[in-house]
Amino acid sequence: MASLITCPHCGTRPKEEFTIRGDAAPRRPGSADRDEAWYAYVYIRDNPKGRILEYWHHAGGCRRWLVVDRDNLTHEVFGVVDAADFQRTEAAE
Amino acid sequence: MTSYRLDAGGAINRAQALSFSFDGRNYKGLQGDTLASALLANDQMLMGRSFKYHRPRGPVTAGSSEPNALLTIGSGARSEPNARATTVELYQGLVAASQNRWPSLKHDIGAVNSLLSPFLGAGFYYKTFMWPAAFWEKLYEPLIRKAAGLGKLALEADPDRYEKAWAHCDLLVIGAGPAGLMAALVAGRAGLRVILADEGFRPGGSLLSESVSVAGLAAVDYAGGLVSELSSLPNVTLMPRTTVFGWYDDMVFGAVERVQKHVASPSPELPVERLWRIVAKRAILASGAEERPLVFGGNDKPGVMTATAARTYLNRYGVAVGGKVAVFTNGGSGYRTAADLAAKGVEVTAVIDARAQSADVAPAGIRVIRNAGVVATNGRHRIDGLLLERAGFEEVIGCDALAMSGGWSPIVHLMCQRGTKPVWSEESQAFLAPNVGNSFVAAGSAAGVETISECLRDGAAKAASLASELGFAAHGANLPDVEGEYDASFAPVWYVPGAKDKAFVDFQNDVAVSDLGAAQREGFRHIEHTKRYTTVGMATDQGKLGNVNTAGIVAAMRGVSPAEIGTTTFRPFYTPVSFGALAGAAQGEHGAPVRTSPLHGWAKKNGASFVEAGLWYRSAWFARDGEKNWRESVDREVLSVRANAGLCDVSTLGKIEIFGAGAAEFLDRIYCNGFLKLPVGKARYGLMLREDGIVFDDGTTSRLGEHHYVMTTTTAYATDVMTHMEFCAQTFWPELDVRFVSVSDQWAQMSLAGPKARIIMSRVVQDDLSDAAFPFLAARAVTLRGGLKARLFRISFSGELAYELAVPAGYGEAVADAIMEAGRDEGICAYGVEALNVLRIEKGFITHNELDGRTTADDVGLGRMMAMQKPDFIGKRLSTRFGLTAADRLQLVGLKPVEPEKQINAGAHLLKEAAKPSLANDQGFVSSACYSPALGSFIALAMLKSGRERVGERIVVWDALRGMEVPADVCAPVFVDAENAKLHV
Ligand SMILES: [Zn+2]
Repeated sequence: MASLITCPHCGTRPKEEFTIRGDAAPRRPGSADRDEAWYAYVYIRDNPKGRILEYWHHAGGCRRWLVVDRDNLTHEVFGVVDAADFQRTEAAE
Repeated sequence: MTSYRLDAGGAINRAQALSFSFDGRNYKGLQGDTLASALLANDQMLMGRSFKYHRPRGPVTAGSSEPNALLTIGSGARSEPNARATTVELYQGLVAASQNRWPSLKHDIGAVNSLLSPFLGAGFYYKTFMWPAAFWEKLYEPLIRKAAGLGKLALEADPDRYEKAWAHCDLLVIGAGPAGLMAALVAGRAGLRVILADEGFRPGGSLLSESVSVAGLAAVDYAGGLVSELSSLPNVTLMPRTTVFGWYDDMVFGAVERVQKHVASPSPELPVERLWRIVAKRAILASGAEERPLVFGGNDKPGVMTATAARTYLNRYGVAVGGKVAVFTNGGSGYRTAADLAAKGVEVTAVIDARAQSADVAPAGIRVIRNAGVVATNGRHRIDGLLLERAGFEEVIGCDALAMSGGWSPIVHLMCQRGTKPVWSEESQAFLAPNVGNSFVAAGSAAGVETISECLRDGAAKAASLASELGFAAHGANLPDVEGEYDASFAPVWYVPGAKDKAFVDFQNDVAVSDLGAAQREGFRHIEHTKRYTTVGMATDQGKLGNVNTAGIVAAMRGVSPAEIGTTTFRPFYTPVSFGALAGAAQGEHGAPVRTSPLHGWAKKNGASFVEAGLWYRSAWFARDGEKNWRESVDREVLSVRANAGLCDVSTLGKIEIFGAGAAEFLDRIYCNGFLKLPVGKARYGLMLREDGIVFDDGTTSRLGEHHYVMTTTTAYATDVMTHMEFCAQTFWPELDVRFVSVSDQWAQMSLAGPKARIIMSRVVQDDLSDAAFPFLAARAVTLRGGLKARLFRISFSGELAYELAVPAGYGEAVADAIMEAGRDEGICAYGVEALNVLRIEKGFITHNELDGRTTADDVGLGRMMAMQKPDFIGKRLSTRFGLTAADRLQLVGLKPVEPEKQINAGAHLLKEAAKPSLANDQGFVSSACYSPALGSFIALAMLKSGRERVGERIVVWDALRGMEVPADVCAPVFVDAENAKLHV
């Protein structure tokens, strides 16, 4: 029926404006990385219950990809950041 | 006269009589009545037939938990089945009809099911109708469905409007009884934005039906005072006739407001129902408590109802439910009902108390029978007496109504909808609301509080506490004195032993205690299994009356506490919600929007037949006089393009405008072929892969400026490609300076193809279009004669000399008209996607028929496009893995039937000659097929195992669906102008 996501650009919006892509943890390997790394990146996903980082796309809003930190059991949301910022932060670490 | 309207009293307007009809007979009620109270005032206790056994039934409640008094309201397209007469607000001209009876409510043939009841108990579906299996679908099921059922849906389209809306508040109060009203008042006075929603048409809850005085006023008048103060507060929104039906994530509540369900002819200016999503910082559940029925033999007959219901009809509606009323109780509520009835001059024949002793006192002169139980009721369409048993002795008591009270269950449904179960309390002998955090709390009798004064206090306290959490200074209200309250405590009686008739737990689904016993004996012991085996709690009332009794009875049968049995899962909706409300405005074209191209009008006036492609309507062919079928039109269009010229609408292609210093690099990474060296003013065909190495989509991208590109995608993948590009740009390479925007709807785009294309286009475009000045794959801004700026691309999907012209969408039709005019002498025609498809199959160009999510670039003959020298592109790494490069993969080939007139169909499979059809012998499949007027033959594109090395081989096209086997020769996938001579002219 409804739930809400707070887009860092648009504010609190209903979930119908978003599409979900899934786990945001896997990183795209480099082109020279081993086959196993690519295989894992393309095909293998954990299916965790609980707190997870997920890609959400604000398709009906600013069209930015977001990383939502939430509990997929209770839908408690701990934070939402723009995916580009998330990537930059990860790259810096 | 058994039930009747009293001469005075009640929250009804005696000056305003309302006419209505029930089963074709006319009645009069009063403003303020529900349909049920008006029928009772007219001595109409029989209101329905039960689901399975067709037993006569009357109302058992005066509210939204009603399982029996389900009627069809309205007529024609506006008729609504299964409406609860106990909540339907009476209006002038209301038309009501009973359900599940034939030929009439009083004489119902289906009642013969009652005689069959030994065979219709729990699990009867599984046991009785097992053999022979073939009889089930054809005979048993239709018969059972005909005999068992409720109201019938109107088959006409709903003429009414519905809408959806959002609301936001600091505090949502659910229920406008004493706790809810006081909570809203305290919060409203403190300045919170408050929404007070109540399912009824008049706020007040139990204050409307209890005979107490509050602050020296009748309770109903005190409620009126609270409501008028709330109405005066600008920060408080009162929402009567609004059922909050669901609690969702992030404190979003779903509610349905019945805006015009209480008028005979709804105004078209307003919706009849409005679906609300209410976002609340805090919420208070003040939904009250449900009085439990007692479970005894014959407890379902018309005239048996809860004590609260009898009291509500009496005090709120001024209706005596009987002339001689008996009371059967295990607590104070029964005594209060007896007292209220006696005070209004209604005869109370006996108060039967299941308890051996209690402090409750009946009014003077009324016989109290303690330690006794009712074991049967007499009468058919209405009870005319009851049989009680006390210490082994039976006694018949005359009565025409029986008020029963089995104790109380807080209404905690909403709080349990998100996975938290209610908690059994030994002390209260009830399931109480679970703790779901500080944002959503129960107040009043929903929180297990019993008296009106306690409810008022609890509502005020909870609201003050939530207000201060939100930073508001809340002052407790001055709580009024309440006089004449009663002690509502009770001693649980789950089941009255010695029943001489069926003792019902779930009235609406006709589930009796014996069914619960059968479920336990037969191993369906978990409460969720018991529920499904017996269907207890699965009716439209979702077991509001029966579920707690079920838990208690099953617990007693197994000798454990109800805590151990627990409850079944609570889910939205609290009460049924109409599909109209859920659909809202999304009906008809608003439900499935139609996308029309900017050239739709042009296509229409040129005689197009349209085909749905997703939401799009695309012009499929343009029939001319004398053409007998679509093939004749398509053949003509194809030949006309090959001989002269044709104009086709390609506006539905996805179009993405790309800017930025990093745009070239970005394109180079998302396409498998190279884009860095694409010169300004040129278009290039591009192939996108998925990360797994499979082809994703194709299209052309043109460089309009140093840092400016425009891309086209296929119609079907326009959204997916855009989303994919955004994901790549934002998550993989945020450092790239690239921006893009979809402009699919901003441009009208048309393809002019054929040997005469240049002559015609030159009449419309100012610029020099000679082959030297505007060669194959040229792409740049041009000016139309008349001055309009446009974009011209020399690209071809037909193999002919062709141009795609893009103009701002609003100019599309005028420009297409101008081209048709300019080409008239050259033999131009309009052509549609069918001819487009034939033209591209003849040239061996691929679409998503070939790019079906399984093919690699090499499979479709585009392997050499892959720029493997690039450091990276999407799909590069996995495109070379084992399996995607195997020699026996399916490869794109052409097929020509040995006999040209033999049709080949897409989807047919390929076999070696003389091979038996089997998975092992499968050689591939036909991906696209058509009749080629240029060749005078059917032709096809196919994906064939190791296809490229099998050119010249004869194979069999096997089409089991149509029963066809066609021998065909494998050829290269290009049938017309293999040298591309026609492109470069
Ligand atoms: Zn946004």
